[in-house]
Amino acid sequence: MGFILDCPSCGPRSYHEFWFGGELRSWRPDFSAQEDYETTWLRANVAGPQVERWYHFAGCSRWFTVERDTRSNTVLGLVSLARTDAPDGTAPVEDDAAR
Amino acid sequence: LAGARAGRQGMSGLLRRRVYLRASEPRSQYDVIVIGGGGHGLATAYYLAQQHGIRSVGVFEKDYIGAGGTGRNTTVLRANYKMPESVEFFKASFGLYSTLSQELDYNLLFSRRGLFWLAHSEGALRIQRERAMLNQALGVDTIFVNPAEVKDLCPQIDLSAGGKGHPILGGSYHAPGSVIRHDAVVWGYAAAAQRLGVSVHEGAEVMGIRVENGRCLGIETARGFVSAGTVVCAVAGYSSKVAALAGVRLPITTHPLQAFVTEPYKPILDRIVSSVDLLIYISQTSRGELLVGAEIERYSTYSTRSTFSFLAECASRCVDLLPFSAKLQILRQWTGLCDMSPDYSPVIGLTEVENFLVSSGWGTWGFKAIPASGTAMAELVATGRVPRLIAPFRVDRFRDDRLIPDRSSAGTH
Repeated sequence: MGFILDCPSCGPRSYHEFWFGGELRSWRPDFSAQEDYETTWLRANVAGPQVERWYHFAGCSRWFTVERDTRSNTVLGLVSLARTDAPDGTAPVEDDAAR
Repeated sequence: LAGARAGRQGMSGLLRRRVYLRASEPRSQYDVIVIGGGGHGLATAYYLAQQHGIRSVGVFEKDYIGAGGTGRNTTVLRANYKMPESVEFFKASFGLYSTLSQELDYNLLFSRRGLFWLAHSEGALRIQRERAMLNQALGVDTIFVNPAEVKDLCPQIDLSAGGKGHPILGGSYHAPGSVIRHDAVVWGYAAAAQRLGVSVHEGAEVMGIRVENGRCLGIETARGFVSAGTVVCAVAGYSSKVAALAGVRLPITTHPLQAFVTEPYKPILDRIVSSVDLLIYISQTSRGELLVGAEIERYSTYSTRSTFSFLAECASRCVDLLPFSAKLQILRQWTGLCDMSPDYSPVIGLTEVENFLVSSGWGTWGFKAIPASGTAMAELVATGRVPRLIAPFRVDRFRDDRLIPDRSSAGTH
């Protein structure tokens, strides 16, 4: 169950050094109540490849986006280091990472 | 060889496997289908037949009964929660558990121990005091204890917690805290349900859920379509996956929780010892093993591989609290999957798909909820009305921000 995350700034480190920010979601101020509810609370929680956010609190203090297979914890690769991921410029929101 | 064979035959009466479940072919139609042959699913099926006379019930389990959370949890029963809605619910559940052996006619090895929640910080201590006051106001026996009282009730505890600068400052003591044999709960419910006419199908994975015009019609299995008036999903860590088959998205993420046991020893620890700061809980099973568990991992996963880092860290904390455990040999460790909700409270009841109900979000405390959850779900299915006990835990409470935040009751088991 333990695994290595390859931090884009710091290199390969144990997952203990990172906070998990949940599956990648984006939020916009003009969301309807239904869109806001779905983005804030509902999750796909897939058993398989999941695009998700991680924060390297014990290193570079940066958020990044990786794809990981949740059945095996195999990290499939870095998706993005950018603050904004979606083509329309929406910002990703993370789960309460420190919890 | 012939002699050995004859000998084995001679022993067959002693070593005969007791069969609790009769295998049967799934029918093409049931009044109610329950997905998941764990405690929640089997209890729902049992109470449907026992309290409401609904006997056309099919339980579909992809593996063997109790293969998931019910067979992997650490068997603690308690009602010391910190939201009034949760206290009421778990008080009812504990009441049902305490007479369940008689009800199911099956010895569940129910054993009252008394449960400590120890605090090593001022913040945790304050929460334990609040917990004791709330519990007492709602008729649950939880008291606030100081270190001397802790030592008096359980002399094995090291009040300095290993002398590492975080001594025990006090805590709450929940006298009803008990343990019960988890496998027996599964077998007892399954056998009792089957006596009432319920069908339990093992190795029967649900591949799809048929929904037409917002209405659930039944399930797809490897042997074909099975229709049902109502489908209940009670699959713990796999809730999101199964609900997705019906097109339902839940506020759930799946997290792993690990535990280990030592080899069996003579009885030495009669209390259940938990620390809300060290996030560890320890009890001695009726077989004599010391059973030690911790908190969930903070990232979501469906992997049940165990880690050495957990074992090393958890064993170290166990020795800090109970110095005698340093000499014990570890026998095995394992991992289970928890369906965590955002507010740590269950997500149970009706969904936006008609006739498709979920019993999920039980997170780290599903086992102690089984009898109350089973009776409530059975009542909901039979009458169509949401029972008062589970109404606050409705699936769509997040839409209007009616959360029941009870994280402090989930820190350990």
